[in-house]
Amino acid sequence: MPNVLEIDRLGVRLGRRQIITDLSLAVPEGATLAIIGPNASGKTVLFRALIGALPHTGTIRWAPGVRFGYVPQKLDLERDLPITGLDFLRAKARVTGAGDADLRRAMDLVSLGPPVARQPLGTLSGGQFQRLLLGFALMGRPTVLLCDEPTAGVDEPGEEHLYAMLHRLQQDEHLTMLLISHELNLIYRYATAVLCLSLSGRACVGSPLEVLTPERLQEMYGAPMLYHRHDGPIA
Amino acid sequence: MVPSLSALALPVAAAVAAGLVGSFAVLKRMTLASDALSHVALPGIGIALLLNANPVLGGVTALLIGAVVIWLLEHRTTVPTEAIVGVVFSAALAIGSMLTTGEELLEALFGAEQAPGRAETMIGLCVAVVIVGFMLRARHRLLLALVSSDLARTSGVDVVRLDLSYLLAFVLTVALGLRYLGILLMGSLIIIPAATARHLTRRLDTMLGTAVGLAVTATVAGTLGAPLLHLPGGALIITVAAALFAISVLFRRVD
Repeated sequence: MPNVLEIDRLGVRLGRRQIITDLSLAVPEGATLAIIGPNASGKTVLFRALIGALPHTGTIRWAPGVRFGYVPQKLDLERDLPITGLDFLRAKARVTGAGDADLRRAMDLVSLGPPVARQPLGTLSGGQFQRLLLGFALMGRPTVLLCDEPTAGVDEPGEEHLYAMLHRLQQDEHLTMLLISHELNLIYRYATAVLCLSLSGRACVGSPLEVLTPERLQEMYGAPMLYHRHDGPIA
Repeated sequence: MVPSLSALALPVAAAVAAGLVGSFAVLKRMTLASDALSHVALPGIGIALLLNANPVLGGVTALLIGAVVIWLLEHRTTVPTEAIVGVVFSAALAIGSMLTTGEELLEALFGAEQAPGRAETMIGLCVAVVIVGFMLRARHRLLLALVSSDLARTSGVDVVRLDLSYLLAFVLTVALGLRYLGILLMGSLIIIPAATARHLTRRLDTMLGTAVGLAVTATVAGTLGAPLLHLPGGALIITVAAALFAISVLFRRVD
């Protein structure tokens, strides 16, 4: 299977701090790569480097013709911002040259009805806003989806629902997915590979079975982690 | 004497530009920075007066330099922009007030009664058309950038360049009002109608339209009312704009 993304000896520095050191990794087409690690281990920084928003050393090679959709971490918007969901989606349609059909398709894919889309962004619930961001990312028919904690600010049933939706979309749209998450159970269920980042700058890559072991997790987070493996007892 | 229709053309065109540019200044939460930026016109006016050159030309030059400096500070350095902008541009005001004194200082800050010449009006109208055209074309890109610069970037927007274009549109709008409103009052015409529109509306295009409508209303009412009430035009325009803001608080949108 060809690789969608190849990262070679990536280094990212923010001010004086070296956040990512010497990271090498390949992501095959159709894979779901989960990125885990404690806060400040560089997960979002990695994404921002991948979309070209941060300078870096080493190389990031996207396969030719890749189109990516990006779902950022929960955005901090003022409640009274006079911008509706539809304004936001339409702006992307106008900027990228996507048509209204693409806009409606994206809204259908994430089950976002017009009454919700016509509300100002700041008044949407956590789940509605995350679905809007996902719909935004899906406009322009991306081949790769980068999701940065897509369920932040969403309650637990909503979280399950959003992950199920992501998984369904990935299957239907043949997407490659890069996913930052703390939800180890869901990662275990959906990810084909896991990249773990740590505060020490050391990274590891492997299948969920290899990486999501109690020892590795304790080493990475510096504390024991509890999670349900869907095939067995609490690890 | 009631001003002629042609005397209203430039102020109205400037008000349209101010409504559009101001809306994004308010949404980008750069009202204070933008106000400080408009002060940089003063030393430019002062130097132009010393050199016996057209003061508006001096103001415009200083404003353009100011816009580029802010842009460089923001994108090419890691210094916190807000504090620097406050200090540098307030210093510009201080230096400017040493270069410009007496009547000229008052005119630079609060505008003059004398009408601009034909050439200046024509150039001003052309600049206003360019600003309005840019703002209408760029509003979708500006919206994406203000919600999230990363989302704008992944949608193909060159965020850094867009920022520069917007800053240039902003200072050129300030320049449009230099003659009749002066530096301080033009800053207010950019911010007040947009701030009023912000809390009345739920959609971007409605906000832009409302801000433009309010800026034009204040400008026309102030310009036509000033000779009747024997008041300075610029001050009356901003008073009307502020009164509209006060009234709008009663009709604030509730979600």
